[in-house]
Amino acid sequence: MVESFGPILAGAGLTVQLVTLSVSIGFFAGIGLALARLSPNPLLSYPAYAYVFFFRGTPLLVQLFLIYYGSSQFDFIKESPAWVVLSEPFWCAVIALAMNTTAYTSEIIRGGIQSVPWGQIEAARACGMSRFLVFRRITMPVALRQALPGYSNEIILMVKGSALASTVTVMEMTGIAKSIISRTFAPVEVFIVAGSIYLLINFVVTRVIRRLEHRLTPYQRTRAELEKEEAQSGILGLGSLLGRARTR
Amino acid sequence: MGYRPIGACAAVAGVWLSIAPAQAEELRLATEGAYPPYNFVDASGELGGFDIAFGEELCLRLDATCEWVVQDWDGLIPSLMQGRYDAIVAAMTRTDERREQIAFTNAYTDTPVQFVGPAHSDLAGAETVEQIAEALEGKTIGVQTATVFQYFIEQQFGETVALRLYDTQDNLGLDLAAGRIDAGLADAVAWEPFLASEIGSGFSPFGPSLTGAAFPVLGEGFGIGLRQEDTALLDRMNQAICAMIEDGTLDALHQEFLGFGSPVICER
Repeated sequence: MVESFGPILAGAGLTVQLVTLSVSIGFFAGIGLALARLSPNPLLSYPAYAYVFFFRGTPLLVQLFLIYYGSSQFDFIKESPAWVVLSEPFWCAVIALAMNTTAYTSEIIRGGIQSVPWGQIEAARACGMSRFLVFRRITMPVALRQALPGYSNEIILMVKGSALASTVTVMEMTGIAKSIISRTFAPVEVFIVAGSIYLLINFVVTRVIRRLEHRLTPYQRTRAELEKEEAQSGILGLGSLLGRARTR
Repeated sequence: MGYRPIGACAAVAGVWLSIAPAQAEELRLATEGAYPPYNFVDASGELGGFDIAFGEELCLRLDATCEWVVQDWDGLIPSLMQGRYDAIVAAMTRTDERREQIAFTNAYTDTPVQFVGPAHSDLAGAETVEQIAEALEGKTIGVQTATVFQYFIEQQFGETVALRLYDTQDNLGLDLAAGRIDAGLADAVAWEPFLASEIGSGFSPFGPSLTGAAFPVLGEGFGIGLRQEDTALLDRMNQAICAMIEDGTLDALHQEFLGFGSPVICER
């Protein structure tokens, strides 16, 4: 059990890379997709709806296989520049994870945007802000704050979903765990080790998100609590942010 | 003579009771179902292939009722050890490494191990393992995970090649055809479906036929995998295999499914 810890931990780097890349791509693409979905223009909203419907309605494993084995079936793909990327198992996994998380992220953000009280937007408009400025200053910050708890779930699902990359020969944690089992024939011990490392990664993810959530919701705390925090965390640069929140 | 029928009934009942335990023996046989022509699941979901026909014949000879279990390759040995089934009949090579975990019957078939790559590549001219090692330096080789092929590449080529591990031989073939890997290593017989297929048309075997005699890492023929404590079952299976070799049944099964005669002898 102890011997397998080192090699599996070495695969954690690849797991973290897979998740970081796909979640980063999925975050920005998800915002775009959410806006397309909310657009009054049916040429934007229907394709966005179809995308979400497809990627939420099919298993991630199937999507990964379609991208990995599907892309290699067509000569026009293999002769195109895209093959440079698609011939690499790692990038196929990133694409599949990113496309999947884009669909979920867009729904989470759409929910966030729709939860922004109309009064806040109206007030900003009344102050003379342009539509873009209202979006940047009011809609998006409030929407993201609302979406954060749901989004942390999605990141955790991605960390776990990245294990599927092992089915297309990517040697991330699960892949390495399986190859160790192929020699030791002791799956329980090895999977306990791999499972603990996934747990550790997700523990860090939830901590970071909770911190972020705490930072973005100063209005939920009393003045006394905020002052105490300011005194404690002045060096972290949080003071100025809280200061602004308070003077509002 | 009024008592006679009763006596006859008692005699019949006695015979029936003595047969019952033998008839009730149930064996669960595990196979991968993804390694044609040895074992595969056909389009209608039915198991077929050499291993299946051989296993059925074996069960007849053991007077056992057999039930097949399909299990992914890399889980075959762990699940046997956990008691999910009683025997592995899945074209599994007998190696020292596996013998540390499970027991094997006598060999019921054997096949050399073969590299396959694009027909027109610099691999085509390689005739010895050394020449193959040279031709493959820095290239990517695919093998099914947890196989003797994986162990062979690791032992012979080490870090000089990039190794990709596949869950099934089918997926290895798909990636070889796609050009994601430069070569693959597997049993010569297991390459046949790929080489005969449309996607495998531009590919050919290369290098020598590798055998366990020359490379001990490649093991010694295919045996049935059993739990180490099931020694009685092992003895009965070995006897049945020898009987199948001696009466020509095993040879007929080879001809029917693999297209060549039985290469194994009774190891008694």
